[in-house]
Amino acid sequence: MLHTLAVMVENDPGVLARVSGLFSRRGYNIYSLTVCQTENPDLSMMTIVVEGDSQVIEQVTKQLHKLVVVHKVTNLSQESVVNRELALIRVKVKSDTRLEVLQTVDIFRGRVVDMGKNNLTIELTGDEEKIDAFVRTMRSYGILELVRTGKIAIARSDN
Amino acid sequence: MDKSKEDALIARDPEITWEDEESLALDNYNGAKALLDVLDQEGVELIFGYPGGSLLALYDALLDSSIRHILPRHEQSAVHAADAYARVSGKVGVCLATSGPGAANMVTGIANAYMDSIPLVILTGQVSTQLLGTDSFQEVDITGITMPITKHSYLVKDARDIPRIVKEAFYIASTGRPGPVLIDLPKNIMAAEVTEPYPSKVALKSYKFFTKGNSGQISEAAKALAQSKKPIVYAGGGVITSGAGKILQEMLEKANLPVVTTLMGIGSVPSKHPNHLGMVGMHGTITANLAVDECDLLIAIGVRFDDRVTSGLKHRFATKAKVIHIDIDPAEIGKVIRAHIPIVGDAKLVLEEFLTKINPPAIQDWWNELRSWQKEYPLSYEQDGRLNPQTILEAMGKISGEEAVVVTDVGQHQMWAAQFCPVNQERHFITSAGLGTMGFGLPAAIGAQFAKPDSLVFLVTGDGSLQMSIHELATAVQYHLPIKIVLMNNGVLGMVRQMQKMLFNERFSQIQLDANPDFVKLADAYGIKGRRVEQADQVEDALKEAVATPGPFLLDFTISPDEVVLPFVPAGQGITEILEGKE
Ligand SMILES: Cc1ncc(C[n+]2csc(CCOP(=O)(O)OP(=O)(O)O)c2C)c(N)n1
Repeated sequence: MLHTLAVMVENDPGVLARVSGLFSRRGYNIYSLTVCQTENPDLSMMTIVVEGDSQVIEQVTKQLHKLVVVHKVTNLSQESVVNRELALIRVKVKSDTRLEVLQTVDIFRGRVVDMGKNNLTIELTGDEEKIDAFVRTMRSYGILELVRTGKIAIARSDN
Repeated sequence: MDKSKEDALIARDPEITWEDEESLALDNYNGAKALLDVLDQEGVELIFGYPGGSLLALYDALLDSSIRHILPRHEQSAVHAADAYARVSGKVGVCLATSGPGAANMVTGIANAYMDSIPLVILTGQVSTQLLGTDSFQEVDITGITMPITKHSYLVKDARDIPRIVKEAFYIASTGRPGPVLIDLPKNIMAAEVTEPYPSKVALKSYKFFTKGNSGQISEAAKALAQSKKPIVYAGGGVITSGAGKILQEMLEKANLPVVTTLMGIGSVPSKHPNHLGMVGMHGTITANLAVDECDLLIAIGVRFDDRVTSGLKHRFATKAKVIHIDIDPAEIGKVIRAHIPIVGDAKLVLEEFLTKINPPAIQDWWNELRSWQKEYPLSYEQDGRLNPQTILEAMGKISGEEAVVVTDVGQHQMWAAQFCPVNQERHFITSAGLGTMGFGLPAAIGAQFAKPDSLVFLVTGDGSLQMSIHELATAVQYHLPIKIVLMNNGVLGMVRQMQKMLFNERFSQIQLDANPDFVKLADAYGIKGRRVEQADQVEDALKEAVATPGPFLLDFTISPDEVVLPFVPAGQGITEILEGKE
C-alpha cells in the first residue's frame, strides 16, 4: 500500500541526501518525492510517497524522526487530504484528431501550453487517478513526451 | 597585507595557492584556535589524531593548547582509541584526521562506533572551500561517505559557525542514543579569522529525544511482572550507556529476577551475580538461551534484538513471552520484535520508576527450572592439562582481582573472553560488538588505558586481529602505556576456521596464517617485553610476570587451532538449536 508522508526538514545543504539515503539504505521504496521550500525559508517540505505495510511506515517514520534535520513527519494517508500532481504531456495530433484532443483537454480541465505543427503540449493538474486517466486517453493519439511532478499533498482544514 | 584584505583573498580568490593560505594562517584568532578553545570548554583533554596538509593551522595551534594530542600510527586506530576512551570514561571521544586518505581511513572506525552507539566527535580536515568539488588533491566527500554511519555531520563553510557547530556536535553525540558526529573542516576555514563567542546554549530546532518513560506504561510493565511466572531480564549496552547497572541490580534483587546480557551488556551486572545466567545468543550459555525461549515475560532493556541474539528468526524468538522493551531510541522499538509494552526513555530513569512500582512475582518454580539447566549445561571445557584459552582467561580474572579493564579483538578469543572473563563493573569489558571489527583491540586498549591510566588493562587478541593494527605497539611504547597483551595464538583465523569446520565439512579455505611473525621478537623490536607460553602450568607465572613488569607486555599463548567456541547456535537456527558437542 502507498502512504504519503509530509516530512518537514531544515533547509540545509545535504538534507535531501540524508533523507533519500535513509530510504535506500534501509531498503524502503520511494514511489515519488517532491521537495520545496516552505513559507518559512528555514524549512522545506518533502512529500514522500512510500510503499509498505503499516509496520514499514512506522519504521520509516521513526527512522526519519531520528535524523537531526527532520522537524516533523506527518502521515497524510491517515488524514483527509488534498493532493495534486502536475503533468506536462506532448501529444501527437493530426488535422482530423486535433479537435478531439482539444475537447478531451477541456473535459479534464487541462490547458494547452504549447503548440507545434503536429503536436500539442498540455498542462494538467489533479490527483494521480485523474492524470492516469488522461494519460490513458491520450495514448491512442500518441504521447511524444510526458513528465509528472509526483504528488504534493496537504491536510484539509478542519473547519 | 592587512588582515581584512587577507580574509577577502581567502574567501574570494579561487586562484590562491595553498602556500599563500599557509602564510595567512598564523597570526589572527583563527578557526583552528577557536576550535581548540571550544573543545577545551567542552572538557576535552585528549584528541587522538594524525596530521596532514589540510590541518597545518590546527596542528600549529595545538602547540599552544592545553589539549593533549595522541599520535597513533593509523587514522582507523585514532577512531578506535577515541571510541574505547569514550566507552571506558563515559565521556565523548574526540579524534582527528586530515582530508582525503586520512578521513577515508577513519571510515571503519566510525562505522564501529556507530553500530555500538558510542559518543564520538570526529574532526576531519578538508580542502579549502573554493576547491571543494573539484577533485582537488586529497579531497574526499567524507560527509557523503559517512552519512549512513554517523548520527549527524557538518561541513563547516564559515569559520564563524565553528563554536556553534562544535557545541551542537557534542550535544548530539552524547544525548539521546549516543553516536558519532563528524565535523568536516576546510583548510581555509581553519585559517580564517573568528570572533564568534562560544554559545552558552544549544538551539537545535529539530533534534529531540526522550528521557523519562511513560508512567502509564511503566505501571503496565509492573503489572505484567507481578503476573508473570517465568520472567527474564535481557540487558544490553543501553544499560551501561545510561549508567543503569546499579539500579538494575537493585531491581534483580528486589524481585529475585534472572538476567541474561548481550555482548554489549557485559558488565551491566557482575558476571558472578547469582541471578546472572550468562550471555544470550549465538555463543551464549545454553541456560540463557533456553530461558529466553521459555520465558513468559521478557524485560528487554537497552537492547536492539540483534540477529546475533535472535538468529534473525524473529518469529521464533521468545515466542511465549510478553515483551517489555525499554529503549531511548523509539526506532528500536518494534524494529525487530513486537513490543507488547513499549517504554521509550532512558534506562536509568525508567528503571528507577519501575523499581518503585514492582511487586515481586512468585517464581520459585522458574528458578528451579533455571537452576537445573545451569547444572545440566554449565559453560565448561576439558580440564585436561592442555593450554587452552579458558584456563588463560580464568587465571587472568584471578590475577587481576576481576578489576581489570578487558579489551578484546574479534574472533574466537573474543567469545571466550565474553564467556570466561569475570567482569565486575560497567565499562570494564570493551569489545567491538555490532560491527565485529578485527583490529579494534590494540588501539582500543590504548584508548582504554588513557581513560584509566592507573588501571590494569588487558587486551585479549588473536594472531589475525593483532596483525590488523600491530603498528599500534609503537603508540603503546611512545606513551608508556602498560597494556598487557594476551595473544591467543592459534596460527589461524580461528573463528572462520571453526565455522568451516562445523558448517562446511572441514573444507578449510584461506584461514592459515603460516607466515606469522615471532610475536615476542616483534614486540622486542618495538621495545616491548614479551614471553611465549606453551604450557598450562606456566600460565599463572607468565601472567604475574606481565602484570609485575612496568610498561606494555605481550604474552604469546600457543593454543590449538582445533579449539572451538561452544555453545554455538549457527546463524539462522533458533536459539535452542545449539551445537554443544565437543566436535
Ligand atoms: C576487519 C575484519 N575482517 C574480517 C573479519 C571476519 N572474521 C571474523 S573472526 C575472524 C578470524 C579472527 O582470527 P583471529 O584474530 O586470529 O582470532 P581467533 O578467531 O583465531 O581467536 C575473521 C577473519 C572481521 N570480523 N573483521
